[in-house]
Amino acid sequence: MRFFDLYNYWIFILLMMIGFYTVIAKPNLIKKVIGLTLFQTAIFLFFISLGKVEEGTAPVIVPFTTIYSNPLPHALILTAIVVSVSTLAVALAIIVNIKQTYGTIEEDEIEEADGVDGE
Amino acid sequence: MELMENNLPALIVVLPLLAALLAPFLGQGNKSWILATLTTWAVLAMTIRLFIQIDGLANAQGVHETFISYAMGNWKVPWGIEYRVDPFNAFILIIIAMISAMVTYYARLSVSKEIPVDKIRFFYALWLLFITGLLGVTITGDVFNIYVLLEVSSLAAYALVAMGKYHSRKALSASINYLVLGTIGASFFLLGVGYLYSVTGTLNMADLTERLKGLHDNRTVITAFVFLLIGLSVKMAFFPLHGWLPSAHGYAPPIVSALLSGVTIKVGVYVMIRFLFTILGVKFIFEELPSAPIFLVFASLAILLGSYMAIQQFSLKRMLAYSSIAQIGYIVLGFALANESGLTGSLIHIFNHALMKSGLFLAAGIVIYQVGEADLAHLRGLGRKMPFTMAAFTAGGLGLIGIPLTSGFISKWYLVMGAIDRGLIILAVVILLGSLLAMIYVWRVVEVIYFKSAPDSSSEVKEAPWALVLPTWILIGASLYFGMDSSLPFHMANQAARFLLGMQ
Repeated sequence: MRFFDLYNYWIFILLMMIGFYTVIAKPNLIKKVIGLTLFQTAIFLFFISLGKVEEGTAPVIVPFTTIYSNPLPHALILTAIVVSVSTLAVALAIIVNIKQTYGTIEEDEIEEADGVDGE
Repeated sequence: MELMENNLPALIVVLPLLAALLAPFLGQGNKSWILATLTTWAVLAMTIRLFIQIDGLANAQGVHETFISYAMGNWKVPWGIEYRVDPFNAFILIIIAMISAMVTYYARLSVSKEIPVDKIRFFYALWLLFITGLLGVTITGDVFNIYVLLEVSSLAAYALVAMGKYHSRKALSASINYLVLGTIGASFFLLGVGYLYSVTGTLNMADLTERLKGLHDNRTVITAFVFLLIGLSVKMAFFPLHGWLPSAHGYAPPIVSALLSGVTIKVGVYVMIRFLFTILGVKFIFEELPSAPIFLVFASLAILLGSYMAIQQFSLKRMLAYSSIAQIGYIVLGFALANESGLTGSLIHIFNHALMKSGLFLAAGIVIYQVGEADLAHLRGLGRKMPFTMAAFTAGGLGLIGIPLTSGFISKWYLVMGAIDRGLIILAVVILLGSLLAMIYVWRVVEVIYFKSAPDSSSEVKEAPWALVLPTWILIGASLYFGMDSSLPFHMANQAARFLLGMQ
């Protein structure tokens, strides 16, 4: 049953694809950003599950344990979460501006308001 | 002095970072601009100093290590973050520092007209963060650090593009579009890094290079390569993942466009070359995997379709943006040939295009400063009213075409040589066709500038202040000078190419 042994990877791929689909399919900018965050978070889960060592405990030196989880992926993802939150903040700030300027946050309506642009 | 000398690699990133934090506190006057200018010039001086050190190492007899390694915070190298400067990234660092110093010097008048007074200091804070990110990506020797600094520069860039909203509201939708695609690109890059980490257990570039040597059949490594390829292609706007570029570069404030087109996408190219040539290895990528045809086909399409789309544009900045997509095509075509001429041509083109395209965007910025818009209709008859600006634009345009005596000719020469070395005459034809298309889009502008009479309403339009014209001409003049005497960029690019191909 190798399929179920690797369930954490299946879940990360599934979440990532749900996020990716939302980014592509939804015209609402807020929904797009939610999808984007889900997409990033799925990748974080992948990194976290890389750090798991079987029977390992938290990487703090305590008596009677010799097996520790790998703390490096955790440290990386701590940084990546900060990046992700900052991205979210910038995105929301831009969306607020778009709402104030265009009166809508639906992508198709924004494109309509601006007219075709020589694409 | 020695303390500074020993810490140069760190200072190059730390100095603009600290200046960025300081800028918002300097009040509403010119002070934040003065700080930004001084910082970028100091960075330029430091990168030149660093390059001279590297150059000395590369040309010295009996020295085996042609790089400077700097352990951040004195953490020992494979565990801590390493900053590593070698002939390749020393070259890219000089390009970033040179262009950003010149563009920042130009910025004062342009920004004061584009951005409301109370936002200017925040503009320069973002601007310095943006430059910090670009320099950091280039100098670091740690792949996760690349991701973080890439996002530092990208987040600043999204906000800077959105600042174009004071000119045209389309900047906002361009910015959110750029943000969504840029974040997806960065996330794919992160995933690729994660796959490499899961195989090797390291994030240090030099360490990765060693540990990946025996793992060429490993499917995880190949998957990692694909994720990195996709992620970086978005960041460097490589066809067909260039969708965000025309609007983002077209509606950003002119000086932001100059740095985005001139430098930012080149930093994406830098990371790509670094992964392909150093970390994954030329042999693995171009001989064991069939990646060369993929790169070459899409690069050719980028050249032809990018140039074709540039012909369709009526806005000067959008035209230059589409031209940038084509130029990325040339650069990719060069390195995908994976021989000395091709790679040298690619690297020289990074240098030359940075000068030309930044200069051209600055010239477009002057037109916007004086006339208000830079569409073809607004350019009529400006050749007589703004002779210096328009001469700069024309000279830059000739460089894009690549006629002899401009620097564009030099890079295309090496690219054609590289293609012929590989026996791929068809690519030489693509390069020449690209030049032909460039001739059309440049000529469309030149015709309007010099051979159409000016509309009556523009009778009071005059030449711009020298504070705008001078930096534009320095960039364009440098590109002309290096077209006639290309020994300096050739030396730098060739040294970097030989280093990447392991010929030293």
